[in-house]
Amino acid sequence: MRRGVIAAIALAAILAAAAGATARSAAHAGTKADTITVWVGWSARELAGFKKVVAEYDSKHPDVNVKVVGGINDDKITAAIRSGNVPDVVSSFTSANVGSYCKSGAWVDLKPFLSKDHLDVNVFPKTSQYYTQYNGKRCALPFLADVYGFYYNKKMFQAAGIKSPPKTMSELTADAKKLTKRNQNGSLKVVGYNPFLGFYAGNVPDLSAYAPLFGAKYTDAGGHSALSKDPAWSRLLKWQKNLVDWYGYKNLQKFNAGAADEFSASHAFEIGKVAMMIDGEWRVAFIQAEHPGLAYGTAPAPVDDAKKNLYGAGYVNGTIIGIPKGVKHKDQAWALLKYLTFNAHPLAQFSNLIRNVPTTKQSLNSKEIKPDAHFKTFLTIFANPSSKTTPITAAGNAYGTLIQAFAVKWQAGHAGDLHAGLQKLDKQIDAQLKQAQAGGVP
Amino acid sequence: MTETAVTAGAPFTAERRRARHRAAWRRRRLVLMLMSPWIVGFCVFFGYPLVMSVYLSFTHYDLLSSPKWIGWANYKYLFTEDPQVGPAVRNTLWLILIMVPLQVLFAFGVATMVARAKRGVGFFRTVFYLPALAPPVAATMAFVYLLNPATGPVNVILGHLGVNGPLWFQSPQWSKPSLTLLSIWGVGNLMIIFLAAILDAPQQLYESAELDGAGPIQRMRWVTLPTISPVILFSVVISVIAAMQYFTQAYVAANIASGQASQAGDQTVNNLGYPEGSTLFYPVLLYQHGFRFFNMGYASALSVLLLIVAFTVTVLIIRNSRRWVHYAGAVK
Repeated sequence: MRRGVIAAIALAAILAAAAGATARSAAHAGTKADTITVWVGWSARELAGFKKVVAEYDSKHPDVNVKVVGGINDDKITAAIRSGNVPDVVSSFTSANVGSYCKSGAWVDLKPFLSKDHLDVNVFPKTSQYYTQYNGKRCALPFLADVYGFYYNKKMFQAAGIKSPPKTMSELTADAKKLTKRNQNGSLKVVGYNPFLGFYAGNVPDLSAYAPLFGAKYTDAGGHSALSKDPAWSRLLKWQKNLVDWYGYKNLQKFNAGAADEFSASHAFEIGKVAMMIDGEWRVAFIQAEHPGLAYGTAPAPVDDAKKNLYGAGYVNGTIIGIPKGVKHKDQAWALLKYLTFNAHPLAQFSNLIRNVPTTKQSLNSKEIKPDAHFKTFLTIFANPSSKTTPITAAGNAYGTLIQAFAVKWQAGHAGDLHAGLQKLDKQIDAQLKQAQAGGVP
Repeated sequence: MTETAVTAGAPFTAERRRARHRAAWRRRRLVLMLMSPWIVGFCVFFGYPLVMSVYLSFTHYDLLSSPKWIGWANYKYLFTEDPQVGPAVRNTLWLILIMVPLQVLFAFGVATMVARAKRGVGFFRTVFYLPALAPPVAATMAFVYLLNPATGPVNVILGHLGVNGPLWFQSPQWSKPSLTLLSIWGVGNLMIIFLAAILDAPQQLYESAELDGAGPIQRMRWVTLPTISPVILFSVVISVIAAMQYFTQAYVAANIASGQASQAGDQTVNNLGYPEGSTLFYPVLLYQHGFRFFNMGYASALSVLLLIVAFTVTVLIIRNSRRWVHYAGAVK
């Protein structure tokens, strides 16, 4: 009897333990332990692409559930960090702000994670390594890049008897004049190449897309602004203004006012109103989606006649991704970050979906990248060692606003003497950086 | 007897004083209680930000790390080195000296006409007031579209009339006049205030003036204007303050007219002040430093200066107004 009672108790205990274990494993299988949130700037089609990439990670990692929030900008990131209610992973299109994020510690230093996992950032090209750190502190990693190259309309080239895309700025000017058509009243019907600062992404008024094509240096060895000291800036501005003047400043202004929005299906290049342009690699996907029948070609952008060796280089920028301070699931956040930025598969997968340039050297040659002659040009430009981005400073891209203010006055003919203007600009940039660094050395 | 009465009355007086004191305290408590929603709102949304702005203006503060005390450095940069302050001040002054008077004159003119209308008064009041209800962003977008130099209906019509229309929002010479047109179009709120004041003017004054042989212009000069002068003062003061805070329309117009649309979340494109910095007004500059460059310490210094200037200008206008503003029933 006593033995029977003991056996019954033991059986009950075994059954209870088994039931408990079954319940725990059921709970583990049915619901995920942690939800991590990722904030990204992409929206619409591109956001759907990112969610697809993350969904694959999600399915392979039952310990986490990844929630993606799109349409995020740096204002929202900053507000979240200040409030302490942060997502686990954040990304930004404004790589210029990496100076603020790294310096302030708002994005955590990734060095301990990289060291722990023995990861080497040399898997990224030098330019991408540069715009994801500040003063040696790495608080971000590159996650797809934007690379600027040259687009030309093949039909218009054929009609004008132009055999190949221009390689120098003088060739570009000559071709632009050949391809331009005017209405009877002198207004512009088709613009060969529109050099007007502010017209679409290729003409960002801070000159960032042109600087690498002229090999123009922003700072001297002492870290001071060197726009007046490097003659490349003068050559750039003179070339640009001469072409603007050939079209007529007011003619271009009127043409630009009538041109459709840059991200609409009526983009001036896509509908044949502009024959050549400098633009980012994303345009390949836009043309594919909006005007698949357009006969066009891509090539590296033309360069300064005095620096022909630069041909093949271009302006590079990109999305940066990191972990904000105060994050709740640091290890899971790092695991996702590592997967997205170091692994060639998600990089190639996402690159195929939104046609941005993948950011590791390995992924650039990945067999997963869908072959596309137009897009391949940008992969080559990205890998070119002379491709450059803009300087990362404590003031973000505030110096670009000063360059812009001068450059738009210059193209309008309101800036006076160029060299004196650039000298004044140098002083203004140095003073601005000093102020942004709270009285420190620029 | 007298001594006894005084002695007996003393506790009574003290008691009454205490009772009065308690009653007064109860009254004060009640007043405080009734005013508390406003007091809390004032302290939280005005007092605290004001004090913090003054403090932050002496710091380097990037919104992400703790403010770092740097003394007068932000003010030194503001007054001696920032190349954008001068143009921003000049642009804002343009609004105060040209846009504000035009707004007030137009509102007054429309109100005078509507007050004189014999038929369709309700219709005209509605038509002139309606634009004031349009959201500023939508109204600005509509104006940028209407005044597009290449495809906008205004220049198309001007073209048919043989006039080569200006570049409007695309031109540094025309961008501020274009914004002024927009502000004049939406002047309905001021117009309603003027209309109420004109309709409130004592009729017997007009009758007396008429009997004295005053014509319409003299009646306007000697009856209408003095009668509504407090309303003119009010309109000028609020319009000047609004001009010093002019932001939304300038921000939207610059972004759309520049044609450089940015993708969601992209902050790399800076269209503020387009074209050629002609719409970079002081509050736009302040926004640029605070929320584009995360330079909140410096933005606070800009805002403190704006507060001081707005306060000084308002005091000057009010002081100066004693010569031309007449209050009904006021004793000189």
